[in-house]
Amino acid sequence: MQRNVGLQILSVGSGLLLLAALYLVFVYAPLEAVMGAVQRVFYFHVAAGWVGALAFLVAFVAGLLHLRRGSLLADRVALCSSEIGLVFISMNIVSGAIWARPIWNTWWTWDPRLTTATISWLLYAAYLLLRQGIEDPQRRGRFAAVYGVIAFASVPLTFAAIRIFRSIHPVVIGAGAPGAKGSFDMTPAMRDTLLFSLLAFTVLYGALLWHRLRLERLSERVAQLRLRILQA
Amino acid sequence: MRAAMARKPRMLRVIGALLWKDLLSELRGRALLAALVVFALLTVVVFNYALDLERTVRASVGAGVLWVTIVFTATLALNRVFAAEREHALHEGLLLAPVERLAIYFGKLLSGFLFVLLVAVVVVPVFALLYDLPVARPLNLAVLLLGTLGYLLPGTLLAALAAHARAREVLLPVLLFPVAMPVILSAVRASQEVLAGSAWVRIAPAFNLLVASDIIFLALAVLLFDQLVDA
Repeated sequence: MQRNVGLQILSVGSGLLLLAALYLVFVYAPLEAVMGAVQRVFYFHVAAGWVGALAFLVAFVAGLLHLRRGSLLADRVALCSSEIGLVFISMNIVSGAIWARPIWNTWWTWDPRLTTATISWLLYAAYLLLRQGIEDPQRRGRFAAVYGVIAFASVPLTFAAIRIFRSIHPVVIGAGAPGAKGSFDMTPAMRDTLLFSLLAFTVLYGALLWHRLRLERLSERVAQLRLRILQA
Repeated sequence: MRAAMARKPRMLRVIGALLWKDLLSELRGRALLAALVVFALLTVVVFNYALDLERTVRASVGAGVLWVTIVFTATLALNRVFAAEREHALHEGLLLAPVERLAIYFGKLLSGFLFVLLVAVVVVPVFALLYDLPVARPLNLAVLLLGTLGYLLPGTLLAALAAHARAREVLLPVLLFPVAMPVILSAVRASQEVLAGSAWVRIAPAFNLLVASDIIFLALAVLLFDQLVDA
């Protein structure tokens, strides 16, 4: 297998971007007046949530493409993107809980955003379990795509359902709910740090997706080669 | 145009035939219904002891107990919906039959719905008696019907999907619970408000969302079921 220059550049680039983002988060961004240092978790918390949502959106679109055209690449993208999305949603949930402990005085509350993130996590964990449970690759791709579409469609409904109960999650971008606890106004430096973190995480997502797709393609080739050797 | 018009009553006939087949095999001793009723009664009784049902919280907790009972029962029923077909290799027979794929879905959906309703006819009055709640309010009955339907709409689709997977009995609830979350949440909420005797303004958000979820899951099932039975 020859070296993949594009992938190497992307990997190194996303590493450098992450280091720069860390510098911005811990040095450049000002200390938040009320919450103190724990507020710095916000930048990566939002970025991880964004990548999670983006990854699930990509998996959804890839699933639709697979259903329409039967493209194997689309099925692979759906699998890889779901896995990455699951990891980033986990980071989002954990970092949120770490912030919530000092600010809300509890690790966890059944707020719409928290619950929706948890349900999304469960949905994509179930998606991966389903993929594991089906042997035939063609059927696996089709069934997984069907489940992916239903799962993606149910997330906004869940959010709406929980909103009927009430929310204390702060809304930092746009207008917040009156009862929100832990809200703050972003200074320009904070905004720049957030935007840069979003960029760094998005590039990281691209690099991870590329790596994971390559791994998937290689493992499929190994399986084919093994089959050929066994048959010979 | 004429073909489409001729197809419509045919599809209804196929759905009816499938429903009748499932009922008949139940009547001839599959004993699913009896097991489901006993299971649902057990759930109601166990929750009565697991939860402290004070007078003040009874409406909200009771609605939760009612819905957990229905959801568990419906999940057990769904696990059996495609079981007979799979065990006797009838699935291929169904697929080879020159009928609309969607007719299979709706036939299975209705037979699941009928089974859960038959269980509910026994269990809901017992629940009302034990928990002393006014479950017979017309609006609550509407919520029960819409919520059960809303759970079975994605449920039947996912049961067809899980039928081909390993560990399918466990996989089905794992797949279905998070997908059906909006239905379960809005149904519980609507039931809570109705049982507590709230005005329509307080019931409406959950009730409307329940109706919307039903419609969306119906549309998704119609769009996607073909993908599950092809090939």
